[in-house]
Amino acid sequence: MGMLIKSRDWIDARFPLTKMWEEHLSKYYAPKNFNFWYFFGSLALLVLVLQIVTGIFLTMNYKPDATLAFGSVEYIMRDVEWGWLIRYMHSTGASAFFIVVYLHMFRALLYGSYKGPRELLWIFGMMIYLALMAEAFFGYLLPWGQMSYWGAQVIISLFGAIPVIGDDLSLWIRGDFVISDVTLNRFFALHVIAVPFVLAILVVVHILALHEVGSNNPDGIEIKKNKDENGIPKDGIPFHPYYSVKDIVGVVVFLMFFSFVMFFVPEGGGYFLEAPNFEPANPLKTPEHIAPVWYFTPYYAMLRAVTIDIGPLSAKFLGVIVMGAAVVILFFLPWLDRSPVKSIRYRGPLCKIMLALFVVSFFVLGWLGTQAPTDVKTMMAQVGTIVYFAFFLLMPIYTKIDSTKPVPDRITG
Amino acid sequence: MKKQLIAFLLLVAPAFVFASGNVHLDKVDIDPANQESLQRGARTFVNYCMGCHSAQYQRYNRLARDLGIEDQDVMDNLMFTGEKLGDQMTISMTPEMGKKWFGAPPPDLTLVARVRGTDWLYTYLRTFYKDDTRPFGVNNMVFDKVGMPNVLWQLQGMQKPVYKTVTDDEGHEHQVLEGVEIEQAGSQTPAEFDRTVRDLVNFLAYMGEPVKLERQSLGIKVMLFLFVFFIIAYLLKKEYWKDIH
Amino acid sequence: MSGDGVDTSKRRFLTAAATVVGGVGAVYTAVPFLASWMPSERAKAAGAPVEADISKLEEGQMIRVQWRGKPVWILKRNEEMLSALPGLDERLRDPASVDPQQPEYAQNGTRSIKPEVLVAVGICTHLGCSPSFVPEALPQPYDPDWKGGFFCPCHGSRFDLAGRVFKGVPAPLNLEVPPHTYISETLVLIGEDGGAA
Repeated sequence: MGMLIKSRDWIDARFPLTKMWEEHLSKYYAPKNFNFWYFFGSLALLVLVLQIVTGIFLTMNYKPDATLAFGSVEYIMRDVEWGWLIRYMHSTGASAFFIVVYLHMFRALLYGSYKGPRELLWIFGMMIYLALMAEAFFGYLLPWGQMSYWGAQVIISLFGAIPVIGDDLSLWIRGDFVISDVTLNRFFALHVIAVPFVLAILVVVHILALHEVGSNNPDGIEIKKNKDENGIPKDGIPFHPYYSVKDIVGVVVFLMFFSFVMFFVPEGGGYFLEAPNFEPANPLKTPEHIAPVWYFTPYYAMLRAVTIDIGPLSAKFLGVIVMGAAVVILFFLPWLDRSPVKSIRYRGPLCKIMLALFVVSFFVLGWLGTQAPTDVKTMMAQVGTIVYFAFFLLMPIYTKIDSTKPVPDRITG
Repeated sequence: MKKQLIAFLLLVAPAFVFASGNVHLDKVDIDPANQESLQRGARTFVNYCMGCHSAQYQRYNRLARDLGIEDQDVMDNLMFTGEKLGDQMTISMTPEMGKKWFGAPPPDLTLVARVRGTDWLYTYLRTFYKDDTRPFGVNNMVFDKVGMPNVLWQLQGMQKPVYKTVTDDEGHEHQVLEGVEIEQAGSQTPAEFDRTVRDLVNFLAYMGEPVKLERQSLGIKVMLFLFVFFIIAYLLKKEYWKDIH
Repeated sequence: MSGDGVDTSKRRFLTAAATVVGGVGAVYTAVPFLASWMPSERAKAAGAPVEADISKLEEGQMIRVQWRGKPVWILKRNEEMLSALPGLDERLRDPASVDPQQPEYAQNGTRSIKPEVLVAVGICTHLGCSPSFVPEALPQPYDPDWKGGFFCPCHGSRFDLAGRVFKGVPAPLNLEVPPHTYISETLVLIGEDGGAA
């Protein structure tokens, strides 16, 4: 034991090991009333690690070459020992990442975690979300299946909608007149190095910001306002061991769901691995039905919902604008919300109804994005888009006029 | 031009979904654990499909191992001379030759079951019918204007289309393809032929994912392990959280 | 918080149990990743036994074939070469081939199935270079009494025409004789014993 303490002191004199341990774990005081929704932050970190490890091992056998890429994935699935497991982990992990992150973001909406003093924390989180979307988009081209190819084709041609520079911009992104080996090679570089690097930095920044301001909680009250004589929040408990042991339970339950999908339904009903992607990319033949992977479909539905030109602006361009705005508007959430309270628990019916409508619209749009458009479905997507934006644009009004319940001083449990 | 092409593809692509979505598919009940069925399917595949289609990601030795066939039997019955046991199931027809003969190169079939689904394959392989307007004299119920001959016709016999007359909203009458029926018997009875196709589809599904059975059996062990871990983790959490009031 | 009435032994037991079970899980999770570095089915297929036709091989001549990516030498020794072998025993590290560098059926004076035909992996047992074939029984700078053999240019290791290593060179072991079998008089299969082991 003496030896251990000695070596710890030796390190502490040279590196803030104990200081960091205390700051972020054993003396990081988190509110004691975290509920189900608070599992998803640590789970997102777990999935990130999983994706990085499996990704590194996939690159050991994957070939970023248009003539070899598809075959190298099948090589991993068949010829490499345990390759199939590593590949399914990565493909299931991609979808799991978005499920976890969406639930994590929903938690912020529920309990007003984006409101002051956590605006920056929210913005860093949104940047992670953006990076994650880029990561998923670049990664999806790599198997070089039909969906990879045509999905990327559609998304890149979106940039062509931008007036004046559009065509040159999409040409620049592709590096060729069609999506080709060049595109695959650069997407590979972005997917395995550039974006993961940015993601990792953003995650560190996100956690640093969190530990600076402290965690919000389901009551939406600041535990730092009530400290005991030692300066420890009365409603706070050290993250380690209390939340570390709790998060282990969350991790195991998550792994159960994850393993179930990976071992028994790795295709995720055609949503996690789409059937046309088992056919090699063919630039001369579009698959019968193309839809982006499920985590992009709400935005895809909004893109398609715009069908009218306004003045000189084409519907296509406006669709791209709407799609972009749907993501960007999330950044402004901390300033759109004028409610004096944070948590949904103490908000009035207006906020609750709007949040419910928002969630419904997100799901409906997500479903519509997987469907082929019909007149009725396009109309539904238009209504869904309006509801989606109304949630944000009307927020300064309904959060202000909505009734509130008195917020307690201390955490209610 | 390019923009128009993309716009066209965006518009047209979804329409196909509905075109193909309306076709009725017969359900096929396959059993990946039934090695005899897989062996029969493998034989049918090699004898009838591999004239034109490769299975370029499938290795013979893997097939021997997974299907419970002796290496020597695989070499004698399923392989061309000069091939090695560890070779992949490729064919000598090049895509260029295939394109010349069939209009499009016959696709590789290793993953066809994952692209099309087993029900589609089962229905497709059983619903060729006589159509003299087509180059090979046959058409197909789920794959209109198919570019492939009915290679199993000697087993199945020749089928002819059955039409029904429907009246549309405007009162016009149309002939609509309703089904097929045997016109000239083949060497197998319809029940035998269904079994042949089912075995073949079983084999195609196996090739699509040879690791499926292993994956599932490992999955059960992992789930059991996680269940045990869950109990311990839950008790640990409960024990620590006794402190929190 | 960490107050009285805490059942520390229970707490320690559960912590230990969770650590052990979690550790076992972590180890099992690591296995697929580590195992994925083993030769793949493709590598194994490429490393399958290879056939070599020796019908055109003349006495004193050597051919090289590739097995598992490594050079395999097939040398047909003449009378003179064979007769020189026993005389070298004194100067060799392992003249009787005691070290398991060959299948049992090649553990003999000529280290071969057929006395005249040597089949050996042409990789020096020192650090993996491929020695050169110096068949002539002429004085060499490294050995004035050279009876023909193999000389490794990397670090000067020397082997006789049965692939046996000389004393006083860095290589520790005789050259490896791979498993091989004769399918016919003139067809040798390298990489498989043919049940003759």
